[in-house]
Amino acid sequence: MTPLRSSRTQRIAGAALMVAALTATAACGGGGGSKDEGGDGKGAGYNAGAKGIANPSTKKGGTLKFIGKQDFDSTDPQRQYYGMAWDFSRFYARQLISYTPKPGQASAELVPDLAKGKAQITNDGKTYTYQLRDGVNWEDGTPITSKDIKYGIQRIWATDVITGGPSYLRQVLDPKGEYKGPYKDTTPDKLGLKAIQTPDDKTIVFNLATPNGDFEQMLAMPSGSPLKKEKDTAGKYQLKPFSSGPYKFQSYSPKKGAVLVRNDKWQRSSDPIRAALPDKITVTINSNIEAIDELLIKGEYDLDLNATGMGQAGRTKAIKEHRENLDNIETSFIRYVDIATKVAPFDNIECRKAVIYAADYASMQAVRGGPEAGGELATNMLPKSIKGSDDYDPYGILARKGKPDEAKAKAALKACGKPSGFTTTISARSNQPGEVQSAEALQQSLQAVGIKAEVESIDGAESASITGSPAVVKKRGLGLIVTGWAPDFPTGQGFSQPLVDGRFIAPNGNYNVSETNDPKINKFFDDALKETDPGKAAAIYQQMNHAVADLAVQMPFVYEKNFTWRSSRLTNAYSSAAYSGRYDYVSLGVVK
Amino acid sequence: MTAPLHGTSAEPDAPADVTATAAGKQVEGRSLGRIAWSRLKRDRLALAGGIVVIFLVLIAVFAPLIVSLFGHPPNQFHQDKINPLFGTPYGSFGGISSEHLLGVEPNNGRDVFSRIVYGARISLLVAFLSAMVAVLIGTVLGIVAGYFGGWVDSLISRVMDMLLAFPQLLFIICLVSVLPNNLLGMTGSTVRITILVAVIGFFGWPYIGRIVRGQTLSLREKEYIEAARSLGAGRRYVLFKELLPNLVAPITVYTTLMIPTNILTEAALSYLGAGVRPPTASWGQMLSKAVDSYEADPTFMVVPGMAIFVTVLAFNLFGDGVRDALDPKGTR
Repeated sequence: MTPLRSSRTQRIAGAALMVAALTATAACGGGGGSKDEGGDGKGAGYNAGAKGIANPSTKKGGTLKFIGKQDFDSTDPQRQYYGMAWDFSRFYARQLISYTPKPGQASAELVPDLAKGKAQITNDGKTYTYQLRDGVNWEDGTPITSKDIKYGIQRIWATDVITGGPSYLRQVLDPKGEYKGPYKDTTPDKLGLKAIQTPDDKTIVFNLATPNGDFEQMLAMPSGSPLKKEKDTAGKYQLKPFSSGPYKFQSYSPKKGAVLVRNDKWQRSSDPIRAALPDKITVTINSNIEAIDELLIKGEYDLDLNATGMGQAGRTKAIKEHRENLDNIETSFIRYVDIATKVAPFDNIECRKAVIYAADYASMQAVRGGPEAGGELATNMLPKSIKGSDDYDPYGILARKGKPDEAKAKAALKACGKPSGFTTTISARSNQPGEVQSAEALQQSLQAVGIKAEVESIDGAESASITGSPAVVKKRGLGLIVTGWAPDFPTGQGFSQPLVDGRFIAPNGNYNVSETNDPKINKFFDDALKETDPGKAAAIYQQMNHAVADLAVQMPFVYEKNFTWRSSRLTNAYSSAAYSGRYDYVSLGVVK
Repeated sequence: MTAPLHGTSAEPDAPADVTATAAGKQVEGRSLGRIAWSRLKRDRLALAGGIVVIFLVLIAVFAPLIVSLFGHPPNQFHQDKINPLFGTPYGSFGGISSEHLLGVEPNNGRDVFSRIVYGARISLLVAFLSAMVAVLIGTVLGIVAGYFGGWVDSLISRVMDMLLAFPQLLFIICLVSVLPNNLLGMTGSTVRITILVAVIGFFGWPYIGRIVRGQTLSLREKEYIEAARSLGAGRRYVLFKELLPNLVAPITVYTTLMIPTNILTEAALSYLGAGVRPPTASWGQMLSKAVDSYEADPTFMVVPGMAIFVTVLAFNLFGDGVRDALDPKGTR
């Protein structure tokens, strides 16, 4: 028993120490900031970059300094899937077409990049032909050819080596998966994919299996970037990508950072999109989100690479002391609750409606930070940045100011055959800020009409195998699943199809969590895909969105907003809807 | 701790001053309990710890009454008390006011006082029950191993070694995420509490098992055991009438020292998301949430931190006192 002995005085001393430590942390946490912070000069003004262009400028030079918590998922254009990586990749990778460098919604418009003009679409929307611009060069000065573009795109087929990126082009060009990728290609020039033809170095032709009106959207993703065959190091390519854009990598160390310098072989005259103002771009990775906010406020870095919005502490301080450096940006994220139609009693639409009427949207919005730090109340499942969105509000959420409508909720419960309520489980991801709290808010409001819900917090990293598995959802009885979603590309297909098209229900990694499989909705997608006119497609997506809302399978509650820091040095900063509200990185400049 | 503390035979163990005053007079027979109590009474720190412990137990037992008098329902939101833009409570010190004695929780405005009071229930319930599980298993297997020896002892000892080397925290986290929400007809937080009690208890028994085994090993060679045996006492009589009473002291001591450890384990598990499910209040969970906003609202971190700290300290001081009272031969 001796080991336990001796300790009385030590223990008390230790206790005293702990109390002292606790108070000390509390004290330094509570103290405000000193006066000399905030970098040099004033910011461009509150919301200057959200409403228009903050500090418009064409002045070149200086170093643009990014800092971020999360490193790029990859710098290999064909392997990127993070939105911020797509935004950043325009510094060093070009595509046939890309997004307009303009603020707000205008950014979602596609404009030619490597191509001379937009595609000539023939063969009932199945053939897309592009002509390449003159003067487009690799960083070694050699011209970028149509074969380089084909080779780059072909890499997506090598699914064992080139992992991580979106697979849209593969599904549209080769849905049967006949091509095995350039590394297993037996043709002499390694250009064996039949769906893409390169009659000469300046012409490229895509032959789609079935028409898809969003094909150009898919080509505009970094996975449509060219890649020089001689420079392809397969899985190691991401350590030193070969540049086709205005900047080239000087160094890149994963999880530490990157330095990019000007690519002098890039010709400004050949590129209508990229402003390319700074001489140098640095990226620093720092795992501490609080430290990142501090460094941004101090003025040591210009912006957050991840652009996920400032943390609670940083936000509080920035709003109080440096409002002119903040943009309150609407991202493309919708925060919503999936209602699992295969989990009783939600197989009955009235029970689903009961939840929607009983939910206190205002409370769920408030725990996320209210209308500014959280976002506006959502009424349906298409974000404003997507064509076809409107203010359809079948459950009168705005009319009741987000407050619960108990009478209607009780009526729906009665219609469902559960007048006294029922029990269910709400799942929320514990690593997503605000998600568990939204679930608790929902749980509280449901209680008022007799719906007893338990909150189950799950590890976000495991969500693909929990909420992404219909079998597990059913087994665990997860009736309400709190989650969030942003589009891969800004169209109804890019946002909604994975969520509500019944043919997308997968046994694992499933995003159609509500397991909506409605023939009418599925047909809307088929019809919209056949349209090459975005306006007509938008009209169909609008109908699709209304049908989804009427089915009450999803309960959107917030169109997400966040507070993003913009340093006082930063010029030409504007929020781009094409990049989920992030600044358009390729247009940014610095004062010096 | 080698001498048996059996009835009056404990007398030689009494402190020198007691023996001195009793010298020459009729030696008054005093029970182990009375001696221990008289020693405990003189230990003011232990008494203070004990009073705090009793106070905490009362709080936990009468939580609904206390909350209805001084607080609000623990899961009720008070979002009017929160600045939505910052997510922090209005007012200083986490929104402490006469209405909310310990302030309100960031973001949703739940009453911290009520949640601390209800959190005490979870902490103490899990700690006490899991300690009982551990004591029960540990005592039985410890006595069996120590008394019978041989292969029985080897087997039990190896099992104990294995369990002591087991990464229990990781195991519990995995277990909790794998087990379903409804188990054996139980639902909701009852399931999690049962799992916590079972698992913390199960991984705790080897500590007490080892002590009991060691004690049994030395006690079974004692003359009074041999005497009992030679008089024809049965195995059961020896185990339960001769051995067990002499093990009461170490068992009591270890139980009181095991409870604070269990409180910490429960808090750690709740912190990591493997404890009771929200919105049921628990101290560990409050701490985990406080991490998000500690700079803007340090009070919300300090309050549950202090609750855990005070509770564990009180149990430890009390446990130390009990040990010193029962085992005066230690360093003093």
